[in-house]
Amino acid sequence: MDVGLNSNLKWQAVANSTLTKKRSTAYGSTVALKSAMAVTGAVLVLYLIAHMYGNLKVFSGQEAFDGYAHGLRELGYPLLPEEGFLWVFRLVLLASVLIHIYSAAVLTIRARKARTQRYVVTKRVQRTYSSYTMRWGGVLIALFVVFHILHLTVNAIAPGGASDSPYERLVNGFQPEFWYVTLFYVAAVIAVGFHLRHGIWSGMATLGLNKASRQGKINAAAVGIALIVTVGFLLPPLAVTFGLVG
Amino acid sequence: MSENDLYIEGAPIRDEKAPEGPINERWDKRRFSAKLVNPANRRKLSVIIVGTGLAGAAAAATMGEAGYNVTSFCYQDSPRRAHSIAAQGGINAAKNYRNDGDSIHRLFYDTVKGGDFRSRESNVYRLAQTSVEIIDQCVAQGVPFAREYGGLLDNRSFGGVQVSRTFYARGQTGQQLLIGAYQALERQIAAGSVQMNTRHEMLELIISEGKARGVIVRDMLTGEIETHFADAVVLATGGYGNVFFLSTNAMGSNVTATWRAHRKGAHFANPCYTQIHPTCIPVSGDYQSKLTLMSESLRNDGRIWVPKEHGDKRDPREIPEDERDYYLERKYPAFGNLVPRDIASRAAKNVCDEGRGVGSSGLGVYLDFADAIGRMGRDAVEAKYGNLFDMYQRITGENPYEVPMRIYPAVHYTMGGLWVDYDLQSSIPGLFVTGEANFSDHGANRLGASALMQGLADGYFVLPNTINDYLASGPFEKIDESHPDAQAAKEEVTSRIDKLLSIQGSRTVDSFHKELGHIMWEYCGMERTEEGLRKAIELIRDLRNEFWRDVKVLGTNDELNQALEKAGRVVDFLELGELMCIDALHRRESCGGHFRAESQTEDGEALRHDDEFAYVAAWEFGGDDSKPVLHKENLEYEYVEMKQRSYK
Amino acid sequence: MNITLRVWRQKGRDDEGRMVTYKLTDVSADMSFLEMLDVLNEKLTLEGEEPVAFDHDCREGICGACGVVIDGEAHGPERTTTCQLHMRSFNDGDTITVEPWRASAFPVVKDLVVDRGAFDRIIQAGGYISAPTGTAPDAHANPIPKPDADRAFDAATCIGCGACVAACPNASSMLFTAAKVTHLGMLPQGQPERAARVVQMVNQQDEEDFGGCTNIGECAAVCPKGIPLDTISQLNTDLLGSLSKGVG
Repeated sequence: MDVGLNSNLKWQAVANSTLTKKRSTAYGSTVALKSAMAVTGAVLVLYLIAHMYGNLKVFSGQEAFDGYAHGLRELGYPLLPEEGFLWVFRLVLLASVLIHIYSAAVLTIRARKARTQRYVVTKRVQRTYSSYTMRWGGVLIALFVVFHILHLTVNAIAPGGASDSPYERLVNGFQPEFWYVTLFYVAAVIAVGFHLRHGIWSGMATLGLNKASRQGKINAAAVGIALIVTVGFLLPPLAVTFGLVG
Repeated sequence: MSENDLYIEGAPIRDEKAPEGPINERWDKRRFSAKLVNPANRRKLSVIIVGTGLAGAAAAATMGEAGYNVTSFCYQDSPRRAHSIAAQGGINAAKNYRNDGDSIHRLFYDTVKGGDFRSRESNVYRLAQTSVEIIDQCVAQGVPFAREYGGLLDNRSFGGVQVSRTFYARGQTGQQLLIGAYQALERQIAAGSVQMNTRHEMLELIISEGKARGVIVRDMLTGEIETHFADAVVLATGGYGNVFFLSTNAMGSNVTATWRAHRKGAHFANPCYTQIHPTCIPVSGDYQSKLTLMSESLRNDGRIWVPKEHGDKRDPREIPEDERDYYLERKYPAFGNLVPRDIASRAAKNVCDEGRGVGSSGLGVYLDFADAIGRMGRDAVEAKYGNLFDMYQRITGENPYEVPMRIYPAVHYTMGGLWVDYDLQSSIPGLFVTGEANFSDHGANRLGASALMQGLADGYFVLPNTINDYLASGPFEKIDESHPDAQAAKEEVTSRIDKLLSIQGSRTVDSFHKELGHIMWEYCGMERTEEGLRKAIELIRDLRNEFWRDVKVLGTNDELNQALEKAGRVVDFLELGELMCIDALHRRESCGGHFRAESQTEDGEALRHDDEFAYVAAWEFGGDDSKPVLHKENLEYEYVEMKQRSYK
Repeated sequence: MNITLRVWRQKGRDDEGRMVTYKLTDVSADMSFLEMLDVLNEKLTLEGEEPVAFDHDCREGICGACGVVIDGEAHGPERTTTCQLHMRSFNDGDTITVEPWRASAFPVVKDLVVDRGAFDRIIQAGGYISAPTGTAPDAHANPIPKPDADRAFDAATCIGCGACVAACPNASSMLFTAAKVTHLGMLPQGQPERAARVVQMVNQQDEEDFGGCTNIGECAAVCPKGIPLDTISQLNTDLLGSLSKGVG
């Protein structure tokens, strides 16, 4: 009995070393990378919800909006230096975005490599439009984020004139004559919505939350959050463009 | 020695390895008397195992684990696809978990009686003993048998026995057992103790100095003809039902490995014993490639009938009750629709021969659930048989909840196979045969849920214990490819392939195979007569000549060439078919799956002649132009009294 | 019925491969898809053209040998194996496109035949319970709650056909691997090796160049045995559990 067990363990060790030569660790596996995407994605979704909440303050007037924006800079002061919390927050966000993009890039390359010869005819049985657009949608969103920071955060791009007031930057940027800015913004937000619809579902599945009995709820949550975020982000700029704010 | 126009009768043989003494001690005795191999010496000994079904995969995994050097072959692209996977019903074991009076002795008794007293008592008793260990082994491997709410294993009664001893995994028991054996095998492959060769087909056996020493195989992807050597060779290559072309076997199932061994000297035992299963989906056209079995459990609630009138083509639902003939209920009031497989099959054939068969071909009978639906309700019928009804509907396009199913018998299992002794060693030293490929345990008829039991018993428990006795005298003198015996075997293979590719005639391989199937089904199927069998032998000889003159095989040997693979198999079926007919002709009695029209009771039931035919017919190959030689192994019954079966 | 077939022909692994069109007349609606290919092959042979190579064996939907992509769907329009698909699912005059599974891990061997050895190697990496013959305790020593046994069974019905990989936009083998991880992971016998099993199997599937899972669900949608999609979630949980325990 003892002999059997020992030789058994030995064989298992042999099995491992012969079968997994290139990657000896599962930390870089596709599943681990997906998990990294899911965790960082969750951080970004939570951030988006907070961001959306802030944006909606625009309907309470300039004072409330600018006060809120200023308040973010003061958060944690005087325990932390001024803007200290904000920078920690920005670093976490930046790290999340970079990990998210890095993992996505690696997985995309692996997926391309996994099928070099394409089908002559393909038919989608299950895929949703949102899952279909994850990769290109993600690239679009990344480009938009760069524009968005230059536009409303740094204010380096200022179509309607620069300002120290976040409220004014917003109002100036989405004036009817800059309809194309609004349009780009709308398109990007809709892309975010699609990205979230599949991303939230996929992230939950990756983190192991998908059970057959729960699938309906997870899908409903993904659609719900995606819809709320989309509408929440669309309201302020559209309100400006259509003259309801400002 | 006597001779007639078809065969020569040679000297009788006997099983030298079976121990004497009380039947329940024989297996212990043999395990004790068999020589052992020191664990340190095992890695110096090599074993070739051909086939990866239950018997082959279980043996390879067990022998590899024990430390032998195992080389395994299968023709499929993965060992997991062997045809054991298709077994539906279940696996018997004398666990007596139901406390319903079952025991090893009862399973032994049922199997000997079910085999119509044409199997060996010693072998069957060992099978019943081992059955208990098989279930433990499979559960430990993670085979998900059906369970009850208390978490314990469920059992059902199967195949007309009175105890519940069948373990099952929905309708996919074979699949789950095979996956268990396959996983154990893959574990040994990873460990390096088994070298696996998929898509390799064995085409010849190498015998040197009277011992089986290796095989010639064809790499089916490249066409390379490879030579492999070992100290012993195990054939676990399944049955030969595909000699009928249409059967429930997989398309690739074939007799080549065992037939090639037979041609090299291994006796082929009882080739005429074929089991024909009554509940298959009927043939729908000439293009038909295989027949699909539906579980026998359907006969528990379905009623079998045909119209009373010949050629009644009305919609079955419009045929009134008094114009229907529920022929099984009429002829066998005690058992009704639940009579054994062979009886149900033959009864269906008889009504169809009378011209009362249904369906476009006239080869079918109704299996009607209208009464069951009326009695139990549609939902209950669906819960019990839903998956089978779905399968039927997928294949036929008819809805069995609305229209009665049509069924017809089909070849399902072959009890015959290479002759082996108690150690599972054939008449060639060093050549062992396990599972359906050997003839050993089922006699003239196999009971339901016993095939899986035998395959696993042979693979996990019997062979690994008995083969030691032979291997203990090894390792044998090394031989290599340059050895004349190896070269001769290889030459046989290459010249056969060259010939097949050079004929370039006008008929496809399948057309020959189908024609052979028709002959076998017509004359060597459910009912056999002297006249028919003689005719069949002539037809098969003519067909074989035509094959070698006119077959058309395209492509080359140096590639994946499925037509060439098939051609090689049909060559061997064409020879086997003749031996089956000769065996059926010489056995002038009816027993189990073999029914001779000349030997029946007044009521048309099978009539055995124990005084003349209580023996195993082991055939020795006589040469291409000579007659086969019959060796009889006498069967004796000490523990079960020989009786005529009755199901009235 | 009459149909037009566009079939992928490829002489060998290194050959380019191309679509070839064949016309078939008098196809019966009761034929299985593979029987239709048999008829095509008989016709091609008599015309002197090499028959189309395709994998198949049991033809009753359980061995997992067959499988082609028909009009862009793995195993065709019905949720079953190719051998159980019948021509009544098509219409007279249809043009039907037949391609092999396409994935780098499943190289085409010839025509519609691919090499699925990668699946065997994933099983070798850990898809088993170590239970040497003869060491097993009595089968009733370990009662298993029925829901667990049923879930193990649902996952264990995988036939290893590879349709999941063929249908996945990333050519991922996650459903196959997850089915085995779930089957063995639901059973008490499978617990001792559970943490190592998932790590080894996941490493092996990456090694074989399968893509990653993006939880789209094409795999489960085409699976002829209905392996549940949530087995993938179970694999993920198991893997993260293993990694957090340092089994990597």
